[in-house]
Amino acid sequence: MKRILVGIKRVVDYNVRIRVKPDGSGVVTDGVKMSINPFDEIALEEALRIKERGGAEEVIVATVGPADCQQQLRTALAMGADRALHVQADGVVEPLTAARALLKLIEREQPLLVILGKQAIDDDNGQTGQVLAALWNRPQATYASKIELTAGTARVTREVDAGLETLDVDLPAVITTDLRLNEPRYVKLPDIMKAKKKPLDTLTLSALGVEQRQQLKLVRFEPPPQRQKGVRVKDAAELLEALKKKGLL
Amino acid sequence: MTGRVLIIAEHDGTRLNASTAKCVTCAHGMAGAEITIAVCAVDAAAVAAQAAQLSGVSRVLCVENPANGPALAAVWAPQLLALAAPFTHILGPSTTFGKDLMARIAGLLEAPQVSDIMAIESPTRFRRPIYAGNAILTVESSGEGKVVGTVRTASFEAAAGGGTAPIEKAAVSVELPTHTRFVSVSAAKSDRPDLQTAARVISGGRALGSAEGFKILYSLADKLGAAVGASRAAVDAGYAPNEMQVGQTGKIIAPELYVAVGISGAIQHLTGIKDARTIVAINKDGEAPIFEVADLGLVGDLFQIIPELERLL
Ligand SMILES: Cc1cc2nc3c(=O)[nH]c(=O)nc-3n(C[C@H](O)[C@H](O)[C@H](O)COP(=O)(O)OP(=O)(O)OC[C@H]3O[C@@H](n4cnc5c(N)ncnc54)[C@H](O)[C@@H]3O)c2cc1C
Ligand SMILES: Cc1cc2nc3c(=O)[nH]c(=O)nc-3n(C[C@H](O)[C@H](O)[C@H](O)COP(=O)(O)OP(=O)(O)OC[C@H]3O[C@@H](n4cnc5c(N)ncnc54)[C@H](O)[C@@H]3O)c2cc1C
Repeated sequence: MKRILVGIKRVVDYNVRIRVKPDGSGVVTDGVKMSINPFDEIALEEALRIKERGGAEEVIVATVGPADCQQQLRTALAMGADRALHVQADGVVEPLTAARALLKLIEREQPLLVILGKQAIDDDNGQTGQVLAALWNRPQATYASKIELTAGTARVTREVDAGLETLDVDLPAVITTDLRLNEPRYVKLPDIMKAKKKPLDTLTLSALGVEQRQQLKLVRFEPPPQRQKGVRVKDAAELLEALKKKGLL
Repeated sequence: MTGRVLIIAEHDGTRLNASTAKCVTCAHGMAGAEITIAVCAVDAAAVAAQAAQLSGVSRVLCVENPANGPALAAVWAPQLLALAAPFTHILGPSTTFGKDLMARIAGLLEAPQVSDIMAIESPTRFRRPIYAGNAILTVESSGEGKVVGTVRTASFEAAAGGGTAPIEKAAVSVELPTHTRFVSVSAAKSDRPDLQTAARVISGGRALGSAEGFKILYSLADKLGAAVGASRAAVDAGYAPNEMQVGQTGKIIAPELYVAVGISGAIQHLTGIKDARTIVAINKDGEAPIFEVADLGLVGDLFQIIPELERLL
């Protein structure tokens, strides 16, 4: 069966104002709205569109994380994914661990395509897709803003610093999404009901044979330095005057 | 532990990108670090010569292969892996080039990667922004094995020139994959300064209203010798190309002067300009969050203010 595997990460919603805990041990996540990482919504949307065009038969969503992550998997099922895999893991899951777990799922499910987000908006690591592609020894096409599938290959347009780059990659491959790939659909209420009946399997890292090793110790979280509040000028002439005074013109 | 650092050069085949000189400065955050720069190319001579001039670099290694024209991570990573053994740290810039490549190298090494390094406190301690720059995290590696890192270029000055490092050819023979093929790149050619290194940047937001609307910014920018950037909303709407996006998911920049025109100041945008020396905001809404971070704020209609600024200059 032609399958697409999509990574889903539960993150603090992008609208939440992040606060660092006073003791520096982390950021405040209690009672904070959690969502699917926006890039993963885009990944799922793309997988669903490929399936709707006949390019795939099944879309599987997977997450590595604590029990709460099932909420986001249910949302993904409501968006249209066919089934979900939850790899239970508490504590810090580094990109290498997430990638090793995803690789085990790939070995089981044999997808033709794996779509992840280009970065998770909490840790902003931007590593998991590339690490997975390296472990799997398969192509990677990061920062995708367009994906065209033909038999055995994907033509991917990538958003790079210089502009747009196009690559051909043989399938299976890992693709990571950029913001302009698509606009994810909204979830409708009946779909939320239907999603409750869709299969959601729970596995564990140890059952998959993946060790949860933490290679980087999180020493301290700090709020960023604040900029000083500036002054208002009344018009263009005053603005230029102020810039000259600062030696900027 | 003294760091033995391998820095992967970013270049276009002829010119070394300024991001590499910033990686050198970052690596010098480790006292006594010994720095090697690797240049992957078809013919590395020109770029290697520039890398050799960076002060504090002890050696430049050329990794030449006919397949090294385009910077394909899947093709470059195994060659760089072959060089990795003597090094404690492998660094590249946190540009789309470096982010794509370095994490693939980290994957091959099964080593930890520290993304967006903003400071190296010791060979095992690094500071990096998380949550779109809303928190700064200090991480510590075990000191065993290698650490891969991407360098947040906005946090570092470029290393000075004047060096004379020896240039050597690295003999690398590994099998290269053919599963990833470069097709094309479309880069808008412009005579304006590069957004990532420009001393002055003028950015436009949704308020510009159209690609046509952006022309008043280009015109002012040309008069100031500034680069032009854009908010995500402006890029999404098609007013400006993607390579102009500034912010969490676009470019992180640190110009001397940043002028935000018709940009509200969403947190994802602000994270891209935190290190600008002076921020100017022009917005018709005096309550817009951009004024919270602006050194100089001007409330008013941009369609009047921008042409007037140009006239007065
Ligand atoms: C308070 C706290 C701080 C943390 N700090 C760090 C840290 O500094 N460094 C660190 O390495 N880890 C950290 N972690 C672990 C973190 O939770 C991530 O799971 C892990 O780092 C993956 O990195 P990322 O999400 O930034 O990956 P990215 O590489 O940015 O993610 C890219 C994409 O990979 C996929 N993906 C990533 N993780 C998963 C997953 N678990 N399940 C399914 N798909 C996934 C998604 O599609 C995602 O869009 C921290 C965890 C906590 C609770
Ligand atoms: C995961 C994620 C990643 C993101 N990454 C980025 C990123 O990298 N970069 C980025 O920029 N955004 C990013 N965003 C989007 C961000 O949240 C904002 O939506 C975006 O920055 C808003 O752009 P804007 O300020 O141009 O538009 P708006 O918020 O619509 O602001 C327009 C402003 O123009 C002013 N205005 C209107 N007319 C005039 C006039 N005639 N004269 C003067 N002022 C006027 C208005 O008062 C308003 O303040 C991201 C969002 C998400 C969810």
